[in-house]
Amino acid sequence: MSAVKEIEKNISLNGQPIECEAPNLQKSEERGAALLKYLVVGIIFGIVFVKAEIVSWFRIQEMFRLQSFFMYGVIGSAVVVGMISVFLIKKFNIKTIQGEKVNFQKKEFRKGQIIGGFIFGLGWALTGACPGPIFAQIGSGFTVVAVTLLSAIAGTWVYGKFSDRLPN
Amino acid sequence: MEKFIELVSQPWPWWVAGPIIGLTVPALLLLGNKSFGISSSLRHICAACMPAGIPFFTYNWKKELWNLVFVLGVLIGGVIATFFLANPDAIVIAESTQRDLAALGITDYSSLMPSDIFTWENVFTAKGLLFFVVGGFLIGFGTRYAGGCTSGHAIMGLSTLQWPSLVATIFFMVGGFLMTHVFFEPLVKLVGF
Repeated sequence: MSAVKEIEKNISLNGQPIECEAPNLQKSEERGAALLKYLVVGIIFGIVFVKAEIVSWFRIQEMFRLQSFFMYGVIGSAVVVGMISVFLIKKFNIKTIQGEKVNFQKKEFRKGQIIGGFIFGLGWALTGACPGPIFAQIGSGFTVVAVTLLSAIAGTWVYGKFSDRLPN
Repeated sequence: MEKFIELVSQPWPWWVAGPIIGLTVPALLLLGNKSFGISSSLRHICAACMPAGIPFFTYNWKKELWNLVFVLGVLIGGVIATFFLANPDAIVIAESTQRDLAALGITDYSSLMPSDIFTWENVFTAKGLLFFVVGGFLIGFGTRYAGGCTSGHAIMGLSTLQWPSLVATIFFMVGGFLMTHVFFEPLVKLVGF
């Protein structure tokens, strides 16, 4: 496809280019082997998910039944470490390994965070998984969760199809 | 080395897992200006495989390939943890949770997921319809409507002090509590527990 067509394809009706949430903000282009570093981060992440049993359906039940502190400890300490890291990156103006300035996306408030958030919460408690653990559950041998994944992709597609007709 | 494997094969406590998950935020930012978020991968899959001319899916997904590579890593991490670092003992679940679930007919606590639910035999039954098809659909539809999931909003969003992410996180929890305490019992009875 020619470059012009490619650009045209990415312009929505209001003239703004369509972007996904949290788009890749890196200026320099990466492909092939350069992407392997994200595979490594993903692998570490997946190992932690399974080894701490965060992917367990039972852990999510314990959490929503307020019968264990475990998941609150995981999410709480993750947020604290994330906050401190972001603070340090901003304070010392730490650059990416390519030497770029780190960009932070601003999240705009929409009704979707309430309605969609609530809908996701229902599914989270039912399946015992958010999108990350879905992948780790499949990896840990619960291959039937692939059905959940397919259905989640279908749910995403249906949202995309009707997004302009939903309150936002 | 054997001692090390034995040590990491034990279930990891929250104060090890949480901080490592938190470190994913600066890791992705510093490796390439990437914002931590997993549910976006589902959108990229739609954009790559079946955009169907829908504006929501016509963006340059190739620029976001890193995200698909990342979730592939999560899956491989699951394989490694399960087949090379497996914990020999059964999962420890709060006794009160076991009692509550046993009352609903979920009685197998031997692995990470209850085999009363998560087996291929259940796919074409009412149980499968509820736990896989409906559950998965709610996850995909809800996260995209909310613009993120636990990683994008609860961890990345809160780490960058964004109040819309706090709103989203609160409503994730509201949905979860309501499902667990109000809808769960009638639903599991409906599907034959």
